[in-house]
Amino acid sequence: MSWEVVIGLEVHCQINTDTKAFCGCSTEFGAEPNTQTCPVCLGMPGQLPVLNTVAVDKTILTGLAINAHINLESKFDRKNYFYPDLPKGYQISQFAVPLVVGGYIDIPTKDGGEKRLGITRIHMEEDAGKSMHEGLDAVSHIDLNRSGVPLMEIVSEPDMRSADEAIAYLKQLHQLIRFLGVSGADMEKGQFRCDANISVRRPGEPFGTRTEMKNMNSFRFIKQAIEFEVLRQIEIIEDGGEVVQESRLWDSVKCESRSMRSKEEAHDYRYFPEPDLPPLRVSQQEVDAIKAGMPELPGQLRKRFETEYGLSSYDADVLTQTLESAAWYESLVAAHPADPKRCANWMANELLGRLNDAGKDLSESPVSAARLAELLNRIGDNTISGKAAKDVFDAMMESTDSVDAIIEAKGLKQVSDSGAIDAIILEVMAANPAQVEGYRGGKDKLMGFFVGQVMKASRGTANPGMVNQRLLELLKG
Amino acid sequence: MEIDVRKVAMLSRIRLTDDEAAELGPQLSSILGYVEQLGKVDTDGVPPTAHPHDAAMPLRANVVTNGNRREELQAPAPKTESGLYVVPKVIE
Amino acid sequence: MPFSSLSEIQNRLSSGETTAVEVARLYLDRIASFNDELNAFVHIDPAHVLAQAQASDKYRSEHDARPLEGLPIAVKDIFCTQDGPTQCCSNILKDFHAPYDAEVITKLKEAGAVLVGKTNMDEFAMGSSTETSAFGVCRNPWDTERIPGGSSGGSAAAVAAALTPAALGTDTGGSIRQPAAVTGITGLKPTYGRVSRRGIIAFASSLDQAGPMTRTVKDCAMITGAIVGHDPRDATSVADAPAIDWLAACESRDMKGLKIGKPKEYFVDGMDAEVRASVEAALKKCEELGAEIIDISLPNTEHAVAAYYVIAPSEASANLSRYDGVRFGHRCDNPEDLLDMYTRSRDEGFGSEVKRRILTGAFALSSGYYDAYYLKAQQVRTLVQQDFTAAFEQVDVIATPTSPITAFKLGEKTDDPLTMYLSDIFTIAVNLAGLPGLSQPCGFANNLPVGLQWIGPAWREDSVLSAAAAYEAATEWTTRSPAAFGGES
Ligand SMILES: [Zn+2]
Repeated sequence: MSWEVVIGLEVHCQINTDTKAFCGCSTEFGAEPNTQTCPVCLGMPGQLPVLNTVAVDKTILTGLAINAHINLESKFDRKNYFYPDLPKGYQISQFAVPLVVGGYIDIPTKDGGEKRLGITRIHMEEDAGKSMHEGLDAVSHIDLNRSGVPLMEIVSEPDMRSADEAIAYLKQLHQLIRFLGVSGADMEKGQFRCDANISVRRPGEPFGTRTEMKNMNSFRFIKQAIEFEVLRQIEIIEDGGEVVQESRLWDSVKCESRSMRSKEEAHDYRYFPEPDLPPLRVSQQEVDAIKAGMPELPGQLRKRFETEYGLSSYDADVLTQTLESAAWYESLVAAHPADPKRCANWMANELLGRLNDAGKDLSESPVSAARLAELLNRIGDNTISGKAAKDVFDAMMESTDSVDAIIEAKGLKQVSDSGAIDAIILEVMAANPAQVEGYRGGKDKLMGFFVGQVMKASRGTANPGMVNQRLLELLKG
Repeated sequence: MEIDVRKVAMLSRIRLTDDEAAELGPQLSSILGYVEQLGKVDTDGVPPTAHPHDAAMPLRANVVTNGNRREELQAPAPKTESGLYVVPKVIE
Repeated sequence: MPFSSLSEIQNRLSSGETTAVEVARLYLDRIASFNDELNAFVHIDPAHVLAQAQASDKYRSEHDARPLEGLPIAVKDIFCTQDGPTQCCSNILKDFHAPYDAEVITKLKEAGAVLVGKTNMDEFAMGSSTETSAFGVCRNPWDTERIPGGSSGGSAAAVAAALTPAALGTDTGGSIRQPAAVTGITGLKPTYGRVSRRGIIAFASSLDQAGPMTRTVKDCAMITGAIVGHDPRDATSVADAPAIDWLAACESRDMKGLKIGKPKEYFVDGMDAEVRASVEAALKKCEELGAEIIDISLPNTEHAVAAYYVIAPSEASANLSRYDGVRFGHRCDNPEDLLDMYTRSRDEGFGSEVKRRILTGAFALSSGYYDAYYLKAQQVRTLVQQDFTAAFEQVDVIATPTSPITAFKLGEKTDDPLTMYLSDIFTIAVNLAGLPGLSQPCGFANNLPVGLQWIGPAWREDSVLSAAAAYEAATEWTTRSPAAFGGES
């Protein structure tokens, strides 16, 4: 009898603001320890929180992007527990009434369809600091630079039925969040963290007991951890045991999880309304304004790129990874409207490939969309061949000379003058009498040989169309 | 009303001696016994009040206003090392 | 001069009859003479006080005087000050120096006040007698065997014995009004949200509010006018609070047309008969002054105390979690491990009343009890508020006794926390509803001062001050002061 896997995910995502959720400290990553702290985020006596307005707007934007409902009145609560990196002894979070409720994300399925995965809620909260233990004997060190950084916690419904679905959901969410610019979502910097609630059951039966898997900081580890946990639970049940509801910590080095029960035992978070913060109220007008300013989302863009520009779904996907790249592509098309597919090929394969090799971002590209369009226009008007254009493009990445100047300097201008082409062809024919003989004797396949030789002799500048045409003529004899 | 004083003390991270626990148990019972009169009040449909006034939360601009005050802010700390707070080892 | 009101001292300063330095010296001398007996101050730095007074005299010689120019004001040890320690009368904050001033301290400084020192209080403001202070009990100048009330007992005793002409206190369940009542002075708790809470060590955040403790109603108004105002860094400080002409409110000399509500729940069997008689007499006086006394009912009064003793400890249990021995405050010696550090530091640092409240609050919020305790208390809080709203449709202000009893003996109630809690029954509802409340002296019972409490609608401190000023002008209770400290009783 088979097992069905049930997975729900909680994603903690750092909202990219300049300052922390409740104070005026910088959120810049990588500063010297405890240099970005103040009496508020250190939880010093008498200090009070005041919420960052941009954190609210970005959470609303995220909510709108997942088709969720925005609560015009939401509330903050205190979640009480002691931990050395939690300065106040409580975390300010939204428990009873979160800002965002009920939304969804569609993921592609293997059969080419889509599966809708529910999102229960998105609530705002503050991050804790960082505890460091490595290389220390009997002590831990606490850095509170991260204390109070704004987070949104995105809680899914238990709608995923495999590790692959979970990963598909996370990748989609990750892309969406980066696309909206609401988070850097850099997993290595801890800006996009995931906990997974996992259980197994026989199909059709009620949910089994779930465990919560924590500390998975890459998509690969998440997949491994879920697969490990599913097998562990099945084994327990098949051996006649019972799964214990608990939190488990993923150890990516040993590739196994271990129980955090010791830590859980005394947990009773004693949530209650944060008395230092009155309810958060946003008006429908404010929500509408954020909605009006919301960019076209990756899913919509992808579909539009496919239909409007005739792109393959692969290219459409690559170009809609970020809002910036989609916009870049569209400005390229605007400057080279003749061939949107050529634009996509050049951007996806040539530009992004080269940038990727150089470890650069699209924003750091030495070639602007307008400049690339100039190059593509030269292909379009037969000034240069596509092959030669790649040489020109290499040069463009290194210099600011104009496209035409580079073409000129490299002598790559395409030769479309039939006299000049005829001269080259006759030279090639004279040098290869045996092949001429063979062709004339019926070996049509030798055409390719002649084209190659002519192109070579012209250092790629001969117009291939004309070369074909003239060869046919001259070889006839 | 019986109260597990030790459990509540653990939640609150306060060590209690046996004497303290023996004294606090009945005191808490008496306080909470008094509070139980709330149970008699008819509060059906009465909304809870968390804040005395019906006011909305003011928000703060997303502008950095704080610089590095580490030295000054760590002056009252019981133990620091190279700008880090030091505590007995945290076991996860 | 020591028993002069703040405004009298202000007159003498502006006429040049005296200087801020002379005034400061006078009170520093009295503190030196009497503080050992009363233990009203827990920290005093005479040189720093004189330096502030000198600076004020200099300022006056060069500019127009500011609203509180050169006037000595003491503050409860709950206000964070960059100068000197801020310890909240707790061992857990022993020798803590705050790297910031509370917003009200900044405002007092900007108004030209001379900050005299830190006054004694119940540890973390949890108490009604100033007996839970880690720095020893404070005594009532009218009878040093008795408590000065609490939690702002040090501020009350200091003003009553004229160790300072004025002080700041905080009021969570009556901590300004009750000590003012039992020491025969005047104290105002403003509307919640009127005064910034930033930099005031939190006890129960939805109830705490700072206010003045002085000899006269006008003195209260002078200080309140200087410390109110929206603080963008306190989200509970209200931005559009109706403005009040604080001094003008104190000019009324009669009560013609004033409707005073007399709630039956505040005149009950079991309260001290002499206290009741004093307050009844005060209300008679108000009638003579032209007021109409209207019997009203605040039916949920009896449940207010129960709701308070859920809400306040719950908020406190979280507010006091930050005292964990990590970033500031007491840490135990040689902790074995993290848990030992937490539990031992907090055991050593907190006194028994604070522990009692933390545990009560943690219990009320714990899983399985939240609905029956915390949620229920919040609903009752709504009912208490509704009682007042209904009452203020009929009347302008409400008058009650501030406390059902006069100052009790030191140690009399320390063994029975619940009885101690019940001494706050007449002040607590005001905090739950966030309303302004004022206590002023209205006579003596058992030779001890009795307080008359005025309660106004939200933001109507002017109503409260007007009624109190008219009563004060028609009586002479504010001129009484404890003979043992050089006053006229
Ligand atoms: Zn900060």
